[in-house]
Amino acid sequence: MKRFVKSINIREMLRPLGQMLIFSLGSTVILSALMLALALILDRTIVGQALFQRLNVSLYTYTLVNLPQVAIDGLTIGFVYAAIALGYTMVYGVLEFINFAHSEIFATGAFVGVEVLIGLEKFGILSGASLAMAYGYLLLAIIAGMLAAGALAVSVERVAYRPLRHASRLVPLISAIGVSFLLQDLIRLTESLTTGQYNRIMPTFGNFDHRILLGRMTLGATHIALGVSIKSIIVIVSAVLMLMGLNYMVNATKVGKAIRAVAQDPQTASLMGIDVNRVISLTFLVGGMLGGAAGVLYALKFTRIDPFVGFFPGLKAFTAAVLGGIGNMTGEPCSAASFSACWRPTPAPIWGFSPWALPAPNIKTSSPSAS
Amino acid sequence: MTKRAWIVISLCIAAGIALGSQAFAADRIIKIATQTPLSGDQSAIGVDMKRGAELALEQLSGPLTALGIKVELAPFDDQANPDTGVANAKRIVSDPAILAVVGHFNSGVQIPSSEVYHASGLANVSPGNTNPKVTTRGYLEVSRIVGRDDVQGVVGANFAFGNTVKSVFIVHDKTAYGQGIAEFFKQKAEQMGMKVLGFEGTEEKANFDSLLSPILAGNPDLVYFGGIYPQASVLFKQARERGYMGMFLSDDGYDSADAVKIGGASLLDGAGTYYSTVSGPASAYPGTAKFIQDFKAKFNAAPQPFAAQGYDSMGICLKAIENAVKANGNAIPTREAVAKAIRALKDYSGITGTFTFNEIGDPTVAKYFVMKVNSADPAKWNENPVVQTLDIAPPK
Repeated sequence: MKRFVKSINIREMLRPLGQMLIFSLGSTVILSALMLALALILDRTIVGQALFQRLNVSLYTYTLVNLPQVAIDGLTIGFVYAAIALGYTMVYGVLEFINFAHSEIFATGAFVGVEVLIGLEKFGILSGASLAMAYGYLLLAIIAGMLAAGALAVSVERVAYRPLRHASRLVPLISAIGVSFLLQDLIRLTESLTTGQYNRIMPTFGNFDHRILLGRMTLGATHIALGVSIKSIIVIVSAVLMLMGLNYMVNATKVGKAIRAVAQDPQTASLMGIDVNRVISLTFLVGGMLGGAAGVLYALKFTRIDPFVGFFPGLKAFTAAVLGGIGNMTGEPCSAASFSACWRPTPAPIWGFSPWALPAPNIKTSSPSAS
Repeated sequence: MTKRAWIVISLCIAAGIALGSQAFAADRIIKIATQTPLSGDQSAIGVDMKRGAELALEQLSGPLTALGIKVELAPFDDQANPDTGVANAKRIVSDPAILAVVGHFNSGVQIPSSEVYHASGLANVSPGNTNPKVTTRGYLEVSRIVGRDDVQGVVGANFAFGNTVKSVFIVHDKTAYGQGIAEFFKQKAEQMGMKVLGFEGTEEKANFDSLLSPILAGNPDLVYFGGIYPQASVLFKQARERGYMGMFLSDDGYDSADAVKIGGASLLDGAGTYYSTVSGPASAYPGTAKFIQDFKAKFNAAPQPFAAQGYDSMGICLKAIENAVKANGNAIPTREAVAKAIRALKDYSGITGTFTFNEIGDPTVAKYFVMKVNSADPAKWNENPVVQTLDIAPPK
């Protein structure tokens, strides 16, 4: 027992947490400052005047009051994207190709999780569940989604990528896109054959839709309630746990060391007695499981899923992964921020941004603590 | 030319004449196509539109069978996508056996697809397209049995005004249908002195956070959505989660049990959720009791909105083809003759009303309803109460 406790690398466990905290807070502050500066500049222009006419507040006040809520929403969705992006990064780190089928692995996780919950609801288990049981069932759905998505990812690798391991770089990429289409339509086919429905709806249970009120701010004639829903907190906490777990696995365990070795040089790694195929399968398993869990969390947050649900989150997560350093895994774990500020001049200036926090697992280069 | 060649050619001609004549009466087959979204997020409605047409074909094709003509259904899936709709339309017009199309749920799909029908003179009876442009192009081939958005938008605005709504935020889905009706709503709302706090188009289906900030900042009495339920319900649910307690109003695209499956009890909170529609509940049409019974017996499910309209559109096609066949001396009529016969129908009595088309293909009087979402149980969607019923002639 003592040896086990001793073997836990506390530093490696807490390091990503600190990084994430610094990073998400930092990006929020910087982006908020940018927004406020923009609001100040535009306040005098026709945009500010139009807003003043409608709501009787200046653009600057409007932005200031809305910013905290926007930041909370942005962080929530940012963590969902981060959890998906991990799958891309893991595979890229080891195989140096982009697994475009990952968005469908994410969708499969979402479908399996939601179907489990719908099944439970049909038997009347969900509606009568106590709060603790509700969380238990959600956990069950997440685990089911993870297992299905992990298994799918491993089999996709076995069928579509392994035979192409030594082909030129574009070939597995094309194969990945093909698998992506195939999986989309397989989900659609399965759903139409079994349930005959295209939209699957996450059942409402537990207290996940409940909203914790953090404060009220006055804006002209109305009040803006600042709050965060329980499900947003669940999403953030689970995503943080997943990121921490992955970071620990890659940087502080023996398996992680093998993964890093294969990422650096597969041939030498196999000479050292590492079973390269197994390590690659493992990478897909872990990436797929994280994607599956992210899928269930996505369904929890946004309620409705359909067979093509993976496409856009996959695209955004892919962007985040690239920005987070999918190509250049340097010594330090990278962080990514992506900034999607949409400003629509007419008729209402709407500000929305999502800072995506993504500590990419440090696969290529060993960090001092682990080596 | 040799003698043998002449014999072959004349045999061919003879065979052709024989095939075309009544000597082979039992083998005469015509087809009626349907084009609706059979897959995709709007398939719940599209499939039942097709099923309604299928049921009508089964029950109402008797007179044509008696004339020795077998009618078959040719279902097509437009996926609620204009490109797919046009591609299907090209396949439909290239099949000479197809004499009419029952079709489209989305105006944005019907408008480009019917250009193809128009070019080859193929009749199209629409069971659910409400954008004015469907008929205002003045094509002989295109008729519809439901109302129009330039009236439906006004009906919605009138209803809002009657409920002392003073400010409204309008959202639409950027399609011909959704944006169209939202603009008609906006026009009327401004005319009546309501304050329009925003007019936004969005294709987002999951995360409406960035749209909700300005909605909550303005805190309007009403949020209007021009578009279809998969988007509308998610927006409404998220707005309630963020604490918006005003009224929601949407359009006939909202009319599906899936809407309440997505939105849940949150739709009933606050000032409630309403939708205007051109396809009322069964209780609004005296003739539908038998239809619902037959539909349940055949498909083992209650019909979704617009299934009855699918039934009537098919009925109109069959009746018009029957008239055209009779006028053509019991021979299969041309597509043009079928299109003309549809317009020539007087007081066709269907299950959702009695239809006579005006010169551009609108029904002379159409029904408009305002409905209230009354239960969080999807099975009770068909029991949503009618708040208002109006009979309005199409604008000139």
